[in-house]
Amino acid sequence: MSEAVKPHLSSAHLLGLLRQMVRIRRFEAKCAELYQAEKIRGFLHLYDGEEAVAVGVEGQLRPEDSIVSTYREHGHALVRGLSMAAVMAEMLGKREGCSRGRGGSMHIFDVAARFYGGNAIVGGGLPLAVGLALATRMQRGPGISACFFGDGAVAEGEFHESMNLAALWGLPVLFVCENNLYAMGTALDRAQACTDLRGRAESYGMPALTVDGMNVVAVEAGAARAIAAIRSGGGPFFLECRTYRFRAHSMFDAQLYRERSEVEAWRARCPIRLLSGWLQDSGMAHAGQIAAIEAAVDSEIAEATAAAEAGEWEPVGDLARDVYAGGDRQ
Amino acid sequence: MTADGQITYREALREALREALSADDRVFLMGEDVGRYGGCYAVSKGLLAEFGPERIRDTPLSESAFVGAGIGAAIAGMRPVVEVMTVNFSLLALDQIVNNAATLRHMSGGQVGVPVVIRMATGAGRQLAAQHSHSLEAWYAHVPGLKVLAPATIPDARFMLGAALRDPDPVILFEHVMLYNASGPVPDGAGCEPIDRAVVRRAGRDVSLIAYGGTLAKALEAAEALAGDGIAAEVVDLRSLRPLDEATLLESVRRTRRAVVVDEGWRSGSLAAEISARLMEGAFWQLDAPVARVCAAEVPIPYARHLEQAALPQPAAVVAAAKAAMGAR
Ligand SMILES: Cc1ncc(C[n+]2csc(CCOP(=O)(O)OP(=O)(O)O)c2C)c(N)n1
Ligand SMILES: [Mg+2]
Repeated sequence: MSEAVKPHLSSAHLLGLLRQMVRIRRFEAKCAELYQAEKIRGFLHLYDGEEAVAVGVEGQLRPEDSIVSTYREHGHALVRGLSMAAVMAEMLGKREGCSRGRGGSMHIFDVAARFYGGNAIVGGGLPLAVGLALATRMQRGPGISACFFGDGAVAEGEFHESMNLAALWGLPVLFVCENNLYAMGTALDRAQACTDLRGRAESYGMPALTVDGMNVVAVEAGAARAIAAIRSGGGPFFLECRTYRFRAHSMFDAQLYRERSEVEAWRARCPIRLLSGWLQDSGMAHAGQIAAIEAAVDSEIAEATAAAEAGEWEPVGDLARDVYAGGDRQ
Repeated sequence: MTADGQITYREALREALREALSADDRVFLMGEDVGRYGGCYAVSKGLLAEFGPERIRDTPLSESAFVGAGIGAAIAGMRPVVEVMTVNFSLLALDQIVNNAATLRHMSGGQVGVPVVIRMATGAGRQLAAQHSHSLEAWYAHVPGLKVLAPATIPDARFMLGAALRDPDPVILFEHVMLYNASGPVPDGAGCEPIDRAVVRRAGRDVSLIAYGGTLAKALEAAEALAGDGIAAEVVDLRSLRPLDEATLLESVRRTRRAVVVDEGWRSGSLAAEISARLMEGAFWQLDAPVARVCAAEVPIPYARHLEQAALPQPAAVVAAAKAAMGAR
C-alpha cells in the first residue's frame, strides 16, 4: 500500500476517461428512451451519476481479471469492452443479445471478457467473486477478481461471509462498494448502525480506502493503489467509492425518500461535468475536442441501437436451451 | 379505493394491514422499504405516516435477520407481519423459515408457538428474468409446521391477512405480482370462507380446472373459452396450499370425473404433482381421464417477453388439456 502509484494526467488519458463516462451516460439515456417506448421492459436501473466508479476502477484491470457486478451494470459492461450492440440487443430481448435475450438489463454476461454478470440478488455476486479468485489462486493464474456492489449489500450476510472468506484465505479480490447513500429508498444511516463502511473491512483485517466517487481521477488513483496491493500478494482490498445516483432507483420510483435539493446538490458534482470542466479550465482540452467525443459516442450508440433493433427474436422452440450444458439439447 | 366503489388487490392488502394495525397493537409491519419508499409494490404506501416508524419498520437488506427477528418477536408475544420483496429473495431467509418458524413448536414439545405472518410477492409476467420471477410456493408447501396461503381474489387479499394473524402458527402469504393492479368491488367480509378451504369459483360438470394465485384468472379464462365449445368447466381455487383442502378437490373431481391442474411452478416436484397424486389416491375409480397438468416450462424464467410467456401456463394450453381429457375416455 505504501507503493506510490503515479496518476496519468495526460490530456489524452483524461479525454479517454471522459469518453468512457460519456458513453455510459448517453447509452443509458437511450435506454431510458427505449424504456418509455416499451422496447426495454422489466426493471431498468440507471448508473446516471456513478459513471466515474466503473471508469476509474476498470481502467486499472487487465484482461485476465474477472468482474462480477449487480443489476446496475450497464456501465461496468461497456467499460469492460462488451459490444454495445450486444448489450443493447440484450436490453431489447433479442437473440443477438450478450445473454441471448434471457437476462435483460439485469443480467449482462460476457465470459470472453470475463464479465460474470449482472446479478439481481443483492450481495449475490460477492461469493462468486471470491470463488473466481480462489480458482485463480489454485490454478496459479495471474488475475484478480473485482466485484461491484452497493451500500445496501453491506448489510447482507453474504457480504460479511465473503469478506471473511477472502481475507481468511488471502484471495485476490477487489471489493468495490459503490456507496450512493441509498438502497432503494433506505438511506445509509437508516440501514447501518455504523455508516463508516471501511470499518467493516478493518474488522476482517482487510486494507481499505475511501475515495470520492464523483472524481474519476481519485477513483483511478485509489483503484490503482488497491490493485497494486492485491497483485503484490496482499490479499483482498476494500475500496469504497462515495457516489450518488441522480435518477430513480429503477424506472418505478416516486423518490419519496429524498429531497430534490439533495439531488441537485449532487448533480452539481456530476463526474462528467467535473472532468470536462477541469480539462477546459486547465487548457488541457478545448470545447471542440469534447464535442467531437460526444458526436462520436452518439454515432456509436445510433449504430449499436440500429444493429440491436435489427436483431431477431429467439424462436420459441428454443425456449429451454441452455438449461444444461449442450446448447439446445435438453 | 377508486370513485366507482372499486378497489385494487394492492389496496385490499393495504386495507387488511391497516385494519390489523388498528385492531391490535401487537401487530407491526417490517421489511425492506415498507416505510419511506412505500413498499416495493406500493402495498404499504401511506402506512408509515399513519402508524409511525415503531410499527412500520424499514429494515436493512438482511432477509435472514429480519425474517428471523419476526419469528423471534412472534415467540415473545408480538404479531409481526414481515414483508419479503419477492419469493426469490426469501431464499436468503429460508433457513429461518424452515429451521426455526416451522420447527419450533414441535421441537420444543409444544412450548414455543410462532404466530408470524410472512408476506411475499411471487410469480412471473413482468419480464424481470430468472432472479425475480419464480414461483416457489411448493417449496414452502412441502414443510410441516408452515401454513401457506395464495390469495387470488380481491376479497381474499382483503381478508386472508386478518385470519392469518389470528392463526397461532406461522403463515406465509403469496401475492402474485400480476394481481396487484387487479380490481373489483369493495368486499364486505360477509361470506368469506375459512382460509383453509378451497373454493369453487365457477361451477361446471365436465372437467375441474384446479388453480391458485396467478393461475386462477387463466383457468377462468380457459373455462370461458371451453363454455363456447359446449364444455362446462368447473374452476376450483385452492386458496390454501398447505394444508390442501382435499375434501373440496375430491368432491369436485368425483362429480366432473376429469381434472386439469394449472400451476405456475415447474412441473417436476410441483404442487400440481401433489394434487394429482391426491386425486389419484382419492378418486381413482371416478376418473374418466388421467389428471392433466399445465405448469411452467422447466427453465429459469427468461427476460424476453415472448419467451417468458411461452414458459408460463396459458389459457390455450389449459383449454387443450381439458379437451384432451374430454376426449380421453
Ligand atoms: C436479496 C435481495 N433483497 C432485495 C432486493 C431488492 N432490491 C434490489 S436493489 C435494492 C437496493 C440495493 O441497494 P444498494 O446495494 O445500495 O445498490 P444500489 O441500487 O444503490 O446501486 C433492493 C432492496 C434484491 N434484489 N435482492
Ligand atoms: Mg446504494
